[in-house]
Amino acid sequence: MKLTGAQIVCESLLKEGVDVIFGILGGQILPLYDTLTQYPQLRHILVGHEQGAAHAAEGYARATGKVGVCFATSGPGATNLVTGIADAYLDSTPIVAITGQVGRSFIGKDAFQEIDITGITLPITKHNYMVTDVTDMAKTIKEAFYLARTGRPGPVLVDLPKDMQVEQTEFNYPVKVDLPGYKPTLTGHPSQIAKAAKLIAGAKKPVIIAGRGIIISGAYDELKALAEVAQMPVITTLLGISSFPESHVLSYGWLGMHGMAYANMAVTDSDLIIAVGMRFDDRATAKVSGFAPHAKIVHIDIDPAEIGKNVRVDVPIVGDAKTVLKSLNKLLLPMDRTEWLHQLDTWRKEHPSLSIRESDGLLPQYVIRKIWEITKGNALVVTGVGQHQMFAGQHFFYDKPNSFISSGGLGTMGFELPASMGAKIGKPEETVWCIAGDGSIQMTIQELATVSRENVAIKVAIMNNNYLGMVRQWQQLFYEKRYMATPLHCPDFVKLADAYGIPAQNVKTREEVVPAVQRAMATPGPYIINFEVEPEENVYPMVPPGASLHEFIEEPRKEVPAWSRRSIL
Amino acid sequence: MVSSQHIIMAMVSDKPGVLNRVASLFRRRGFNIESIAVGASEIPGVSRMTIVVDGATTLVEQVRKQLDKVIDVIKVSDITGESTIMRELALIKVKTTTNTRSEIMQIVDIFRAKIVDVAVDSLTVEVTGDEAKVTSLYNLLKGFGIKEISRTGVVGMTRGGIAQAASEEESR
Repeated sequence: MKLTGAQIVCESLLKEGVDVIFGILGGQILPLYDTLTQYPQLRHILVGHEQGAAHAAEGYARATGKVGVCFATSGPGATNLVTGIADAYLDSTPIVAITGQVGRSFIGKDAFQEIDITGITLPITKHNYMVTDVTDMAKTIKEAFYLARTGRPGPVLVDLPKDMQVEQTEFNYPVKVDLPGYKPTLTGHPSQIAKAAKLIAGAKKPVIIAGRGIIISGAYDELKALAEVAQMPVITTLLGISSFPESHVLSYGWLGMHGMAYANMAVTDSDLIIAVGMRFDDRATAKVSGFAPHAKIVHIDIDPAEIGKNVRVDVPIVGDAKTVLKSLNKLLLPMDRTEWLHQLDTWRKEHPSLSIRESDGLLPQYVIRKIWEITKGNALVVTGVGQHQMFAGQHFFYDKPNSFISSGGLGTMGFELPASMGAKIGKPEETVWCIAGDGSIQMTIQELATVSRENVAIKVAIMNNNYLGMVRQWQQLFYEKRYMATPLHCPDFVKLADAYGIPAQNVKTREEVVPAVQRAMATPGPYIINFEVEPEENVYPMVPPGASLHEFIEEPRKEVPAWSRRSIL
Repeated sequence: MVSSQHIIMAMVSDKPGVLNRVASLFRRRGFNIESIAVGASEIPGVSRMTIVVDGATTLVEQVRKQLDKVIDVIKVSDITGESTIMRELALIKVKTTTNTRSEIMQIVDIFRAKIVDVAVDSLTVEVTGDEAKVTSLYNLLKGFGIKEISRTGVVGMTRGGIAQAASEEESR
């Protein structure tokens, strides 16, 4: 039986296990949308802006480990996806974006809403396609999903000219893909793994740096075994948060610009770094020439191009984190590193990066700590980008695997609301806390309409300081407090929520925090809390731009720390 | 040939946009291409790309790995230092006068190049050879005045009997 191109897309999506699509329709994708009426199994979530569709697909993918799917029409629909696609590219998130395109006879004519989206997304997709023969449709969708989820995951875009959605052909879903240029290496080279094991046995001050690759490959147990047997401290990257339980005795926080002082000190002082599934981003390494000057570096990553890209590597191992760590763990000898771990504990005592100062005002750190206490850590935390993101990374403690979803590489403000929506739709049984910034959330605030219409039960905590806070912090520290363009005039978020039909409340004092968070949790459906926090609170520690990891600035404090992490755990 | 030059051979799917993907990658990563030549290979549906990059300004290992990531690129090898045959073709239009014509023809003869067009005030020379040969002929002819030059860029392959295994092992 012959099917239309649009039917083939829908059949293929079902074969790939897709159950949710985020998108907005338009002229050139109408045939595909019309066909969706025949496929009630494919739940379509209408978003307010295509950027929201892409971020929602990302949130869905990050929470479930499945491929997220978004639809958009040609022209502006497609270009609006670009930020989300770029975000997925930098954070290795598997999404498939399907865009409508003008019919083939109009291509190249600058037709209405025609844009070269495959050209535009060339450098920000793992691969992209324009289908120009309907007999290629099934094969293309199959390849798109395969590429998105395997190897180092990433976004794939498929552009569908309108006539391709309508033309008919026989539907045969291919069983296998034939991509001679794509053969990800999964198992590490045995001799390289043996070299790594030897270095581990000989090291006095080793450190594991765990990245998002652990989460993608599900190598939680293998990482734990590696750390425990060889007694190596685990430090994560920002996106590696929740790859290793933070209450574990070998957990020493995360490194980088706003990482914990002791984590940065440990990396700088170490003699061996085992980096797994991370890419030595400049926000993690700080000044590269000052990065881990005494350490040999073992770099395990599935993407060979990441090895040696930013830092020198002594032992490169290309492969999947789980597979490589399994092999490596077989070669480990139990070690005792009391002295090194004791050193780290001393640093942690001397530099309590996670203590919260006493303050009459409402501190965002305090709010996040309370959300952690009330949820007992059993929640997915989705953040935007800015100070609130760093506070959420620091002051919520992540024991639950894959419970921190944030825009790392691209640093996309506005990620939080649509991504938390996608995460909640993908994992309805989880509590999802959207930790938002007042500037950040306003970049995609239109998705409140989606949250309301679909009754997506996310809990939104806006850290409202009436500033673009992170930039203001830079202006304060490095531009002599010239607050150019950082003060905001925020809307009344409670009234705004009310307009969208979402229950909300303001919180101005510490006393109100716990009842508000409890009320949010007890209220079915979405809930928004606008926390009016200290306007000029800064994120510390901070490695100033251009400095080395160990040259962090700590919070200038006179007060006795009110809460330290160890006293809570 | 200058020692910092690297020759990278890429077998790529013969699909629309592949050259664009490769060129886009070079631009975005800031790699400098000295020359790039593409043509059909012995395998149907597969083209051979010969890319020359300057190792002094570009991290050749990154070029190779990043190229390998392009889905339509099937295989990449850095064949620098291997026993290879490299050829380039150039068309050079030289200014002539009755006095200089015979001297130019002698030089062309020494280089085993060919004269493919003659006009009153110019000669067009076709030369094939490795890049050094083409460049030295060009340098000799420069004195007479070059009206136009068109070079293909280098194409190449390894000599017979050379196992590809070594370069494959590297890409692991």
